[in-house]
This record gives sequence, C-alpha cells and structure tokens, in this order.
Amino acid sequence: MSNALHAQTDQSGTSAINYLDPRTRLLTAVLTTVTLISIDSLVILTGALVFAAGITALAGLGAFSVVHRLVLLEGFVIVLLLVLPFTTTGEPLFELGPIVPSGEGLKLAAVIALKINTITLLNLALIGTLSPLQVGNALRLLRVPGNLVQLLLMSVRYISVLENEYARIRRAMKARAFVARSNVHTWRTFGWLVGMLLVRSFERSRRVSNAMRCRGFNGSFTFHSESQWKVFDSITLTLATVTSVCLIFRSYMT
Amino acid sequence: MAHIPEGILSEPVLIGGAVLGIAMLGYSLKRMPAESIPQTALLAAALFVSSLVSIPVGVSSVHLLLNGLMGIVLGIVAVPAILIALVLQAVFFGYGGLVVLGVNLVNLALPAVLCAIVIRPLIHNASPRKSFWLGLLAGGLGACMTGILLTSSIMLSDPNLIPAAKIILLTFVPLMAIEGVITGFTVGFIKRVAPELILPKEGRHV
Repeated sequence: MSNALHAQTDQSGTSAINYLDPRTRLLTAVLTTVTLISIDSLVILTGALVFAAGITALAGLGAFSVVHRLVLLEGFVIVLLLVLPFTTTGEPLFELGPIVPSGEGLKLAAVIALKINTITLLNLALIGTLSPLQVGNALRLLRVPGNLVQLLLMSVRYISVLENEYARIRRAMKARAFVARSNVHTWRTFGWLVGMLLVRSFERSRRVSNAMRCRGFNGSFTFHSESQWKVFDSITLTLATVTSVCLIFRSYMT
Repeated sequence: MAHIPEGILSEPVLIGGAVLGIAMLGYSLKRMPAESIPQTALLAAALFVSSLVSIPVGVSSVHLLLNGLMGIVLGIVAVPAILIALVLQAVFFGYGGLVVLGVNLVNLALPAVLCAIVIRPLIHNASPRKSFWLGLLAGGLGACMTGILLTSSIMLSDPNLIPAAKIILLTFVPLMAIEGVITGFTVGFIKRVAPELILPKEGRHV
C-alpha cells in the first residue's frame, strides 16, 4: 500500500496533462462525469472510452498500472455485471435450462461497464496525477471552506508518518512471531493495533498542536500557489462545457 | 472504505446524496474550531491507515470501514474526516469519483453520526469491560447501516439492479461481524490505555 500512496505524490510536471491548472482538471472531471452518467448510447460511450484512453496516455500513466487499477475495481461491480443479464426482464437471447440471459440485461451491463471504466480512466488521468497538495490548493481557490482544506492537508502530511508507525508496530508483532490467521487472537491483536495507532496519533497531535501554537498559528495556513490560470485553461474548460451541454441535451432529446 | 463507483447511480440519487452530504458537512464543520484541526487531522490519518490493513476472515480477507469507530473517537467531526478519506482514495488510488462523493459520504457518515450521538456518551461512562460490548455494537451497527444505505442507493437508481444489490448486501454480513469484534477490542483498549480519547456528548478534542 505504501507504493500506491507514494507513487502519486511525485509528479514533477513532465507529462502534457500538467499544462492544465489543477482547478481545470477538477472541474473537467466533474463535467465529464456528469455528462457520461446521462448517456445511454453504446456508440457514444465506446467513443468516450477511446477518448479517455487517449487522455490517460497523454497523462503519461503506465499502461500496466492503469489496467491493474481497472481490474481491481470493486468486487461488487463484478457481481453486478454478472447478475444483470439474468435478472433483467426482456427478450431472451438463448435458453440453457433455467439460465436465460436477456438482450436488455446484457445491454444494461455493457452500458454500466463502459461508464465505470471511462469515468475511472478520466479520473485517473485528471485527478490521479495531482498531488494532494495541489488538490488542497485548488479546492482553496475554488472557495471550499478553509478549515476543511487545512484538515485535508494536515491529514495528508501525517498519513505517511502514521504509516511508518504502523509498520513499526507490525515489525514488533512479527518479531514476537505473530501470524495473521482467522481467529479471535488475530482480531484482538488487530483491534489493539488500531487502538495503539489512535492513542499514539492523539499524543502526537497534542505535541503538534502545542508547537503550532508556540509559533503563533492563528487558524489559517499561508499558501504558496504555483499554479496559474492560463488561456489554455479557459479554452479547455469552455470546450468541455460546450461538449457536455450538447451531449446531455442530445441524451434528453432522444 | 465501501464506496459505489461513478457510473451506476441515477441522477436523482446523486443529487439527493450531494444535498444531504453538503448539509451534514456544513453542520459538522461549524462545530470544528480551528484549535481542534491538528487533533482531528491526526486521528483521521490514523483511521485512514487502519482502514488499509487487510484482516483475514475465513479463506478471504477484508478491509475495515471503521465508520462506527470514527463516530466514537471523533464525534460529529467524523463527517469531514470520512470525506477526506474518500477524496484521498480518489487521488491516491483512483477509486470513487467527485460526483458520487455525496452519496458515498452519506452512506458512511450517517451511521458514524448515529454512533457519535447515541453510543459515544454511553462508552464515556462505561467500564472497559462493558465498553467492549458497546464498541461491538457501534462497529456492527456502522457496517450494517452502511450496507443497507449502499444497497438502497443502488436499488433506488434502477429497479433492474435490485437482485444484484441483494447479493451485495449479503457480503456485508461477515464484514459486520468482523467490524464489530475489532471495534469492540479497539474501544476496550482505548478505555484502558487512554480513556480521555472518548469524550462525552458535546466534547471536542482541543
């Protein structure tokens, strides 16, 4: 898990997607998602998937890591897609004893699978390439409440610290020959492990809070903003909005 | 964290979730003074790290939701803590999205708030032995309610999804048990080691 956590934090702006301001990327992600949700046409959705794959390539994400994440989609999506063709009423495709998949169900499953994968790809390319610091700064500039942004940035700061703490406790457990099995001893140990993490983080938070007060923390952080809104951002956002409005309009007309 | 991916839910469910989520967030942010941000942030980070631990159950393994525990330790401030965990999952792992965020927040935070209001004051006054059982209740209730809310938001979106949603609800049964047991042990541990962590009803960590 630490690989996944730290792989994303170092994006030093080499790929094309980094020309866009983080705000543009967040807003475009919301716009494209809203649009894709309203579309039911298999042709347009397939086109969108190809487009999303192109954007992902542009964002410089490795094909392996992307496929890995798509395959790792929630188990319940797989349940959903497997069950849908057999439970939806409609024209039967073929009969195999009691198993009767319907054409409508198969189409519904295909539509959902296309939507999920397209949106995940776009989110990976647009948001997954942002560092948490960039997300925090973009949210602040988009007028999200200040204390929520501070909470986000401080949590991000301490997740890696507490991960090390967790790794330290796990090493100590390993040194005492602990092996995770499916029994009460394991669950009690994990319960205490979570408790220990909470207690230690609480103690640390008191020290942090006192140190911040000593340095005159008045409830607001000073941000150094690297991102600057460019003409390119306005163009991208306008294009995305026009396309979205057209597609949403089209899907409500038909 | 159990979350519904983008692309399954219908527009009315998404809008309803967003409105309810923003209302809950606004209410709880008003009750979070600036001095309590470090405490809340570190506890939220600890709970995020804990939710990444995989726990063996039978032949498989699960990740904990910990929303019941969040309600007990953080109180009403569990709402922004859960939101941050969901945002970080989107940024780090690409799971979940920004439009479905409202529904996912409500599904996880509503049970947490219930635990914060009903069970937290009881644990504050209970002995360590008794708080194990109250923690078990909170953990089980958190997972159970989240399972019900999650499947009902899928069912409300499209009647064709009802049979699949029922199967998904079944997978929450083992999670409920394990969530309850581990939350019980955690709460019992905290009551013995650092009882000041679990505050009375209106308490905040400052």
